[in-house]
Amino acid sequence: MNASPPEGLAPPLAVLLELTHRCPLRCPYCSNPLELERARGELATGQWTRVLDEAAAMGVLQVHFSGGEPTARTDLEALVAHAAGRGLYTNLITSAVLLDRARIAALAAAGLDHVQISFQDSEAAGADRIGGYPGGHAKKLAAAREVKAAGLALTLNAVMHRQNLHHLPEMIELALDLGAGRLEVAHVQYYGWGLANRAALIPTRTQLEAATATVEAARVRHKGRLVIDYVVPDYYARRPKACMGGWARQFLNISPSGKVLPCHAAESIPGLSFENVAQRPLAAIWAQSEAFQRFRGTGWMPEPCRSCARAEIDWGGCRCQAFALAGDAALTDPACALSPHHGAVLALAEAESEAGREAFVYRQIGARIPA
Amino acid sequence: MTEGTLAPDCRPRLAPHVRLRFDAVRARQVLLAPERVLMPDETAVAVLQLCDGERSLAAIAAELAVRYQAPPAVVAADIAEMLQDLVDKGLVLA
Ligand code: SF4
Ligand code: SF4
Repeated sequence: MNASPPEGLAPPLAVLLELTHRCPLRCPYCSNPLELERARGELATGQWTRVLDEAAAMGVLQVHFSGGEPTARTDLEALVAHAAGRGLYTNLITSAVLLDRARIAALAAAGLDHVQISFQDSEAAGADRIGGYPGGHAKKLAAAREVKAAGLALTLNAVMHRQNLHHLPEMIELALDLGAGRLEVAHVQYYGWGLANRAALIPTRTQLEAATATVEAARVRHKGRLVIDYVVPDYYARRPKACMGGWARQFLNISPSGKVLPCHAAESIPGLSFENVAQRPLAAIWAQSEAFQRFRGTGWMPEPCRSCARAEIDWGGCRCQAFALAGDAALTDPACALSPHHGAVLALAEAESEAGREAFVYRQIGARIPA
Repeated sequence: MTEGTLAPDCRPRLAPHVRLRFDAVRARQVLLAPERVLMPDETAVAVLQLCDGERSLAAIAAELAVRYQAPPAVVAADIAEMLQDLVDKGLVLA
């Protein structure tokens, strides 16, 4: 293969497979694109196993089976077994509402290393309203207990926003109660569905500060028992996060139909074209495809990033957010206080968070997104 | 949990969801955990390979002190510090 990578390009560490966009839930911050892919376009089992072979051969170490809801695919066990056979660390990212004891046992037998279950709130009424799925919370609790009973490692993923942040202490208690070794407190990120619902989700600055203090105290109190990872909404930060550890540096995302993306939201950026695993080897796409090369490294950067000491620390922040907030993916992420757009973004966040809209635009195929 | 260093008689082992394995592409050992990939250096790998839940911290230190011809007390202190960090991250149980 003549896919000679750019000088010094390291292999990716992880790949996330969106096995399907089908999901019984309708979370208003879903990370799937607004334009959801249909079931008939999904890759077949044999195509996914080839992707896993190629990923392992190029140095990928971890595979995240995600979606949509990955357990909606009946070949999930076969794919997990295949990945485990290639030495890949296997992680299942699930809403858990379709998981029962038998399925969990089959996944454990296939060699699954770890399960991450998302919770929409700490109690059923709020969780079922946010997820748009009556009865979902109770199913998640039952599934989480079965995951632990099967001896699998469990992470609880708590997606937080203005309408559930008051339950953060209870979420931490829930993680302890369920025996999770790790809790991800992830503030909603505002692209795609999250952006369409920003006015209903964005926390106030006061809420955010309280949440950060709660997490810091809980980390100390539960040290050695529960690891808490914390993803902040960077609208209120002074510097942006290093989105994906830098564009096209560590991570690959593959859509249900096989499109290879540098991050799950990359399709929100107009003018980028994405190659498909059905047409080209994964290693060649990683090394050479236009979408990966476009924002890789620091060569694309404008000022103020270009001459900034943090250029190789945060990589200029998030490209999708730069497009969403400043109208151009090739600009400094407006979450950065050095961006000329930062003041306007911060003012918008504060205004929306104080206005208190509650209604959601639920995720669904063909939903109408109000402007 | 108590703060500070591990007791000499504890028997450290990798947490059940953590794997140490050789990666042929990078030609090195890698430590894999949920959402984390660590690239331990040679000394850390030597320690982790002895963390089998049977050897005590003192026994691991004694073994490595011989291997690296270093004073056992110094080796023990270094290992305890390194492992404490991994315990705090939930990667090692002790
Ligand atoms: S975020 Fe919600 S709707 Fe989207 S895939 Fe996950 S569980 Fe389903
Ligand atoms: S100017 Fe660019 S590189 Fe510097 S901190 Fe802001 S986003 Fe990061």
